[in-house]
Amino acid sequence: MNEENTIKNKRKPINLKELLFDNIVTIMFVILCLIGVKYSGQPMIFIVNELIARISRNSFLVLSLIIPVLAGMGLNFGIVIGAMAGQIALIAVTHWKIAGIQGFILSALLTVPIAVLFGYLTGKLLNKTKGQEMIASMILGFFANGLYQLLFLFLIGTLIPMNNPVLVLSGGVGIKNTIDLSGGIKYALDNIVKFPILDVIVVASIISIIYILFKGLKNKKLTKKHIINLSIFLIVVIASILLNQIQPIFKMIKVPVVTILVVTLLCIFNVFIMKTKLGQDFKAVGQDNHVAKVSGIAVDKIRIISIIISTVFAGWGQLIFLQNLGTLNTYGSHEQVGMFAIAALLIGGASVSRATISQAIIGTILFHTLFIVSPQAGKNLLGSAQIGEYFRVFVAYGVIGLSLGLHAWKKQIQAKNKLKV
Amino acid sequence: MVETMRDVTKKLGFARTTIIAFLIILCVMAVFLKIPIYMLLSDTLVRTGMNGILVLAMVPGILCGIGLNFGIPLGIVCGLLGGLISIEMNLRGFSAFFIAVIISIPIAAVVGYFYGVLLNKVKGSEMMVSTYVGFSAISLMCIGWLILPFSSSEIKWPIGDGLRTTISLSSRFDKILNNFLSFHIGKVNIPTGLLIFFIISCLLVYLFLNSKAGITMKAVGDNPKFAIASGIDVDKSRIIGTMLSTILGAVGIITYAQSYGFFQLYQAPMMMGFAAVAAILIGGASAQNAKISHVILGTFLFQGLLTIALPVANKIITQGNLSEVARVVVQYGIILYALTKVEGGK
Repeated sequence: MNEENTIKNKRKPINLKELLFDNIVTIMFVILCLIGVKYSGQPMIFIVNELIARISRNSFLVLSLIIPVLAGMGLNFGIVIGAMAGQIALIAVTHWKIAGIQGFILSALLTVPIAVLFGYLTGKLLNKTKGQEMIASMILGFFANGLYQLLFLFLIGTLIPMNNPVLVLSGGVGIKNTIDLSGGIKYALDNIVKFPILDVIVVASIISIIYILFKGLKNKKLTKKHIINLSIFLIVVIASILLNQIQPIFKMIKVPVVTILVVTLLCIFNVFIMKTKLGQDFKAVGQDNHVAKVSGIAVDKIRIISIIISTVFAGWGQLIFLQNLGTLNTYGSHEQVGMFAIAALLIGGASVSRATISQAIIGTILFHTLFIVSPQAGKNLLGSAQIGEYFRVFVAYGVIGLSLGLHAWKKQIQAKNKLKV
Repeated sequence: MVETMRDVTKKLGFARTTIIAFLIILCVMAVFLKIPIYMLLSDTLVRTGMNGILVLAMVPGILCGIGLNFGIPLGIVCGLLGGLISIEMNLRGFSAFFIAVIISIPIAAVVGYFYGVLLNKVKGSEMMVSTYVGFSAISLMCIGWLILPFSSSEIKWPIGDGLRTTISLSSRFDKILNNFLSFHIGKVNIPTGLLIFFIISCLLVYLFLNSKAGITMKAVGDNPKFAIASGIDVDKSRIIGTMLSTILGAVGIITYAQSYGFFQLYQAPMMMGFAAVAAILIGGASAQNAKISHVILGTFLFQGLLTIALPVANKIITQGNLSEVARVVVQYGIILYALTKVEGGK
């Protein structure tokens, strides 16, 4: 990304403009969400409550996209395949009637070999379609969906013996369209422990304060940034405690702590892996295939590894998603996974070649805020809830198209500037 | 014998040989399962004509260098608009059909122009961008269908707001081309009008491709650098190709609708682009090169596969929708196969 830096340095006077330009999607969404929240007329408590459920449900899937982006493969539209792997494991576990957290852990374990295999095959294919990874992974998702339907509609009951009236259609062939997970892994992860939101914020802030202090003591120096962060967290702690006293209604909003912890673990993993040799290889491959190859990195292998990791995480992400939802739509649950996750990531300000954890989280919050408020806002503003529904679908597709377009456009401009230099 | 076989397979390529073989096997099975083969043949002919122009829309796109035009839903939306306006004007019969076509062409031309400008800005990522442009156009028009001020009772829901999801053409121009001059050979029904319309469209595109503008466009698609060196305005040629592709998409959906008997609004046209892409790829086109013959062969093979597979599959497995699953696997499998060749070509 050296070129990008030099170009940026040259245009220092218009830095603010560039900052706006780079984050235009996110800024637009903040405005859209504010408008939506205002006109939906829904109480804040309801929105926050929904939002927390959705963040814990979806952010794992969004985070699973980051590693391939860093490895220069663009957005992995193929996480649908990971989601399928998760669902295959889930159906098996439901069949064996293993419920609760044991069922969840077992399906998570089962997901791994399936997703590794799928990811490996995806990686192989994407190595054959270098430069077109995104469209190839998207079409691959559609293709895999056909094979998935073949498996569950025709092979179950004929080639694969399965005698389970709860799961199999009355004719004895094929899995039912919707599977109720309420006797199985529904809320397996979410319901382990739930705490009121403000308590969680207080504890998380205190942990962060201790961490910053610890780091500061270790380096024997507190920088300006540290002090600013410390004061922010202190204000948050005080504000939360005060809010707890004034507005007892906040105690009603509960956070599924374990789910959030799992998501945090994934964030830590993502940070950690970038510091290892493998992470450096990802970065090197992401910046320049050719240079990476010359410096002795097995480019193809690294690319396959990044897709495998992404696929496995997507499988787990789908499990988290489904345990919260409580019903598995056998032939539909996975279809939109990729699109929604990618839209969320892009809304957070990520691009095809750059994505961070904070972008993923911010994007998830913004995207789902819009999801919660848009039907009601559409009804209040335009007199039809249906318009709001279609609007959010349009937004999801539109934002992906816009981001991909902007990215390609920037690349073209960069190429031209390079020629001039 | 083996030599000629090998020659033929080499010319057709692995994918096409497999599909042709599969089609022949299906036909044989159909005979054994006592499915009336003449019915299947008539259906295949109808569906070839019905989908043909949508597939034809891929040709200018591929030749001008924007690759497989996954953004064809843009054209489809323009066609739907033209069709609805024609119903709104209370026309019937041939005039209804041709007015629909005539109205939709300028709309599609304008839309195609801006779409072309956009695609010029995103060179190198056209396929990805166009896919999402198509998706967002369809979802934007979902809002459009809810608020457009049409007043004809055939178009609007009797109660509530917005347009119907499917609009019947039975009193307008349902099967008007199919039935024009149609005749029977044995028990096979030949939809003459439909086929003539398809072939005329092919001919027009062929003539265009051999005109000066068409040849310039092909040069641009073949080798943009060489085209610049010979003083061709690359961006302009690409815009012309995109416009033509969008216009053909619009005409294509009207032809499709008259044969199908319905206009389908809202989400229905979302995935139509993929079927058209798959059809031309089956015919032998690649992301860089396409011919009219690829369109005709591809549409025939793909639609033949679908029509013949359906009753055969239903005879073998009574449960579920195997042919639909087979369509998904074949359609996306063939697109994937073509995408792996994109890199191989470079």
